[in-house]
Amino acid sequence: MPEALATPYAAGGDRPVAGYLRAIAAIVRKDLAAELRSRELLGGMLVFSLLLILIFNFALELDARTRQTVTAGVLWSTFAFAGTLGLNRSMALEVDRGCLDGLLLAPVDRSALFFGKALGNLVFMLLVAAIILPAYSALYNVNLFLPGLIGVVLLGSIGYVVVGTLLSSMAVQARTRDILLPLLLFPVVLPVIIAAVKATSGLLQAAPPEEIRGWINLLIAYDVIFTAVAFMTFDYIVEE
Amino acid sequence: MEPMPRALKALNWLTAALFLGALYMVFLYAPREAVMGDVQRVFYFHVSAGWVGAVAFLVTAIAGGIFLARRETKWDRLAMASVEIGMVFAFINIVSGAIWARPVWNTWWTWDPRLVTATIMELIYLAYLMLRQGIEDPDRRARFGSVYGIVAFISVPITFLSIRFFRTIHPVVIGSGDPTAEGAFDMTPRMLQAFMFSLLTFTFIYVTLLWHRIRLARMTEHVEQRRMQLTSA
Amino acid sequence: MIEVRKLVKTFGRKPVLRGLDFSVPEGDFVAVVGPNGAGKTTLLRILASLARPTLGEVRLAGRRLPAEAGAVRRILGVVSHQPLLYGDLTAEENLRFYGRLYGVSELEARVEQALETVGLRPRRRDLVRTFSRGMQQRLSIGRAILHEPLVMLLDEPHTGLDPQAAAMLDRVLAEVTGEGRTVVMTSHDLQRAASLANRVDVLAGGVMAASVRKGELDPAELPALYRSVTGA
Repeated sequence: MPEALATPYAAGGDRPVAGYLRAIAAIVRKDLAAELRSRELLGGMLVFSLLLILIFNFALELDARTRQTVTAGVLWSTFAFAGTLGLNRSMALEVDRGCLDGLLLAPVDRSALFFGKALGNLVFMLLVAAIILPAYSALYNVNLFLPGLIGVVLLGSIGYVVVGTLLSSMAVQARTRDILLPLLLFPVVLPVIIAAVKATSGLLQAAPPEEIRGWINLLIAYDVIFTAVAFMTFDYIVEE
Repeated sequence: MEPMPRALKALNWLTAALFLGALYMVFLYAPREAVMGDVQRVFYFHVSAGWVGAVAFLVTAIAGGIFLARRETKWDRLAMASVEIGMVFAFINIVSGAIWARPVWNTWWTWDPRLVTATIMELIYLAYLMLRQGIEDPDRRARFGSVYGIVAFISVPITFLSIRFFRTIHPVVIGSGDPTAEGAFDMTPRMLQAFMFSLLTFTFIYVTLLWHRIRLARMTEHVEQRRMQLTSA
Repeated sequence: MIEVRKLVKTFGRKPVLRGLDFSVPEGDFVAVVGPNGAGKTTLLRILASLARPTLGEVRLAGRRLPAEAGAVRRILGVVSHQPLLYGDLTAEENLRFYGRLYGVSELEARVEQALETVGLRPRRRDLVRTFSRGMQQRLSIGRAILHEPLVMLLDEPHTGLDPQAAAMLDRVLAEVTGEGRTVVMTSHDLQRAASLANRVDVLAGGVMAASVRKGELDPAELPALYRSVTGA
């Protein structure tokens, strides 16, 4: 076996960890660069989110009284629905033009591909949240700039994105791709929605800290468990 | 055509006998419940069906895991058969829950954590089937089914816990104040016996149906193979 | 370099490759031809570590597939009939991405070199979306050689190219494969295969039905041989 692998590869041999992280970074960078150009994904998610908030406004009659209790639910419902758009689009980009093969040919562990896509999806979701939260704040005169809130959004998004990326990699290869992702995702991601809504609501209404702590712990547990599950099962989805 | 194995024939009879026994136990042997009356008897089948629904899901998840490790079709066949049967029992669970709730609490639905989780489980079953239906390639179908079975199964207990935690903060007026009890009532020894017997009977029904379903799947595959051989020859 | 023994691949119950034997010495350029559905793409995907063999032994550069797929992927360059490029990125961004993914050192220099080799330097800052199919295929080759692979696998690269673009592709291929690389190319174009490669193998009935070295047979007699072997 020719050992001449040293030449084109990074000096210092190829330490597995460096290569692994580099691959993840490359994928995230690539997704961000492509999105910056087309802005289809972010644009779609943002417009959809704003429309949802509009619909909720009339559907739920968000007057000053009910607003406090209902804000958390409206926000997370919006994130959950708009999120499926982003997840599907992100995976479709890879699968449709056969680019997934391009990724699979790379000499990196499959899980690096998963984490790269998941991290990219997370960035998109946080970007959307960064715009929607202030927008909602302004529209309804509700103060959403609480430090704990950022943490809840982050934890909730992580759980959502980890499971969402895993399931979208399957859903996108099915005929019924667009309908399928929400059907697969929502029952599984329900604990995240419940916990995130309750934690957010708790923060907004100054609920007792032990209660909020409980929900945060649930989110953390979910995130850890499903990151591990995704890490272990992604291989089986992409290996033929 | 493989003839029905003797063991399966025996199992058929045994299960039928058990079911008749269970009917007797539930309707005649067990006493009438003091507060709710005869409608309480639904409970025996309600919980047993729920139990089978959950066990079937566990079997699917485990079979999926073994399939991913061994790549032998028979495990995927088991997973699929278990889903089909589990779905029916989960549905029986939900409907019997409604039948029970209506006369007792004057509502068709109680937001009880177990009932809600059972419904979510049913929805997951449906999603599982839709996933498989949307994939053409048989190997991919089996792999994806296995992965989703495992992922979804792990989420169910977490969902149950989160709903329960939710309920401890928002006790619902319907039903008892304790969110962990589902229409609690004290069980006399005869009721307990009827309950255990129903549980046993339903488990036997599950296994019998599972065996039949797997046989059917195998025979269907044989027919498909023959058809392919004949049309390509 | 490439050793395949008794390779069997079934999809569900359908066997596509039935005990195929295939061997390519280092530096050779082998074209694999055969009717549609014969399994050429399947064979290539297995060699590329994108699919697993059902039975049989596959070795690339002494490493076994699929067990040692990671090591094999380093030395492989694959060109499919899909370009595996991102339309919303420019040519050089695409190359840079793959370079990073593969951990290629001196990235900028290599990207330059690759663009030069495939004749796309002037279009480096253009979005791949705007490229013609021929240009995309050439850029795809650039992507494939970025990490200086020892083995190149090409799956019907001339598909969808007009004669001009195909000729340009041939020029690029000649340059890229002349560097002592081992190349396997599948094709349904017998004449092209015979002119580019120094060996032509015919895949039919799930096995290699014939193998012809350059010079052994008059190119004009190839179609007849092909027909007799494939029963066409």
